[in-house]
Amino acid sequence: MSEISTTPLTAADGTPLKKKLAQAMFRSRVRAVGLVLPLLGFVLASFVFPILALMWQGVYNDTFERLMPNLTEELRIWDGVSEPTEEMYALLVLDLKQNRADRTIGKVASRVNQELSGTRSLFTSTARKAEKIEPPYRESLVKIKKKWGKLEVWQAMKLTNESLTPGYYATSLDKRYTVDQGFIERDKKRQIYTKLFIRTLFISGSVMFLCLLLGYPVAYLLATLPLKYSNLLMIMVLLPFWTSLLVRTTAWIAILQSQGVVNDLLVWVGITADDSRFSLIYNMTGTIIAMTHILLPFMILPLYSVMKTIPPSYMRAARSLGATPTLAFIRVYMPQTVPGIGAGGLLVFILAIGYYITPALVGGQDGQLISNMIAYHMQKSLNWSLAAALGGILLGGVLVLYWAYDRIIGIDNMKLG
Amino acid sequence: MAQLPPYTTTGERIWHYTFRFICGLIFLFLILPILIVLPLSFNVEPYFSFTPGMLAFDPDAFSLRWYKDIFRNGMQAPDAPLDWAWMSDTWNNSQWMRAIRNSFFIGICATLLSTSLGTVAAIGLSRSEMPHRRLIMSILISPMIVPLVITAAGMFFFYSKVHLSQTYLGVIMAHAVLGTPFVIITVTATLVGFDKSLVRASNSLGAGPIETFFKIQMPLIVPGVISGGLFAFITSFDEVVAVLFLASPEQRTIPRQMWSGIREQISPTILAVATLLVLLSIVLLTVIELLRRRSERLRGITRT
Repeated sequence: MSEISTTPLTAADGTPLKKKLAQAMFRSRVRAVGLVLPLLGFVLASFVFPILALMWQGVYNDTFERLMPNLTEELRIWDGVSEPTEEMYALLVLDLKQNRADRTIGKVASRVNQELSGTRSLFTSTARKAEKIEPPYRESLVKIKKKWGKLEVWQAMKLTNESLTPGYYATSLDKRYTVDQGFIERDKKRQIYTKLFIRTLFISGSVMFLCLLLGYPVAYLLATLPLKYSNLLMIMVLLPFWTSLLVRTTAWIAILQSQGVVNDLLVWVGITADDSRFSLIYNMTGTIIAMTHILLPFMILPLYSVMKTIPPSYMRAARSLGATPTLAFIRVYMPQTVPGIGAGGLLVFILAIGYYITPALVGGQDGQLISNMIAYHMQKSLNWSLAAALGGILLGGVLVLYWAYDRIIGIDNMKLG
Repeated sequence: MAQLPPYTTTGERIWHYTFRFICGLIFLFLILPILIVLPLSFNVEPYFSFTPGMLAFDPDAFSLRWYKDIFRNGMQAPDAPLDWAWMSDTWNNSQWMRAIRNSFFIGICATLLSTSLGTVAAIGLSRSEMPHRRLIMSILISPMIVPLVITAAGMFFFYSKVHLSQTYLGVIMAHAVLGTPFVIITVTATLVGFDKSLVRASNSLGAGPIETFFKIQMPLIVPGVISGGLFAFITSFDEVVAVLFLASPEQRTIPRQMWSGIREQISPTILAVATLLVLLSIVLLTVIELLRRRSERLRGITRT
């Protein structure tokens, strides 16, 4: 007896069973990881890494440091408030000459212009004359452009000289990063980004609320109707879900434009005169209507799948215990649908907050979201670092919501169709 | 519809029908925008609205003009007789035909890539031995959640550096990444109901892992794989932001063509294309529904 209990159990080939089991477990774990690895590698390489690289651009821009190598060291030593020295002016001219020859002056000018607007032409026009500038440099530079004597130009250069900069994030939050005062408020006229973030939150919130308002009754109806009817009605929810986003946006243009279906109908009924048609599109109203329509299925489907699991006997029990229909609904039914409300609401909000296509097409001026601003800085103003910083804030918000979604609902429970 | 029980009060009856009416209105809100493009696409005038003639059902107010325009726009000789030369002209030169070809080519390639990788990964993820399951799952689902502009902007920089931007491969890779979450979700959902003892039974009867996969597991999860693939396809087919950032005019897809159509030269050709896309989505929806029923039957789940 005692002999058997002291010697460990062994497999057929003599190795201890414990070790054998550990080996088998390890092998099956390796097999599972091996199955996931190709996709994980693909997603990391073609999706996660590019986004991280983009985020890096939001805090790092070495244009100035790279293209103005001579001035860099001096600017770093300079305290930012005293008069710039003659040597700094000399090095500036040297770098301007080099950039003129390399045709890279435009990049430098744009970079400094991001920090202090109105300096683009200062750099480009001075560089054009750089060959002829004679010492004393300070005097001749100020003679070409008075601005060279101003401290703020040099401060802007000192800021752009720091490749690793919080400046873009500060701009995204309508602040300015300065040499001597740290972060300060921007002038009221130029505060556009916080307003845009607030508007994005407002529109996403409205869309979420409207989706809940419209989705809840429909989901309830679908969950309580007999299956043969609800299956038929489900098609009405799934067909929009499967229809191209651009088709639906186009349809809304046809419906809401001033010569569109809704306005024609209103004129025909006599609610409005022919010459005072409502402007329902190319503004915030149009964006909210179209986005609500597009995101409504994302609210209905999770609500439906939760409501489907609620036994109707609970309501009947509440009624038989004396609750009025309204009370029974509010106290018994609604609390059970909270997981569905949470899942649908979060999903709609997450998708709405990053919306780009629909606002761009039907948003007009005041229906634009933060994504549209990011696209503008990517494609038109070419201020990529600012686009990255704005994107960083947006992405941060979305990831927090995504984390909350995973904690509360669990991404495994996400259902489609 | 279900009969109301005899004990319902008048107030409840009124509410019951009011509620049905409200729901009816919401269903109209959902479906009407999609149906409205249908009649408008047959408009004879170059407008986005109903003409008086259309409202009076005058046959002259309807035409197939914009459907023809899908083929003709961009052709070198649109008025030539309808023969092989005309067909090759439209195939090679029509802007919309090029967009349609691109959409299908990119969509099919992206679907194959994301479905194959996604299915294999979903099988791995559904195993209980998988370490860090939750973290990996959330990374793999994230392409669906991250705002498309950020995804597209990141890809634009990175793909430009590795010379993938403005190539078919770049667009296909972008679309494959965007499609994988759908494959993972649908295949994982199918695997939840998968009976693991079937695999053990197969192993004990002498089948190797590969044979077990193809003969036992695959037939059971195939409906999930196909519907995941269809989701991935429609994602790619409908995607425009990545195309806007990554593609050159050579890789224009249908949504990209519609995008510039809406922004620049708004013509009912867009509505004609939209109608065709609605028909396509009806077909896909039917296939998905049939697959879902088959899958439930296969796994022995009876619907209550």
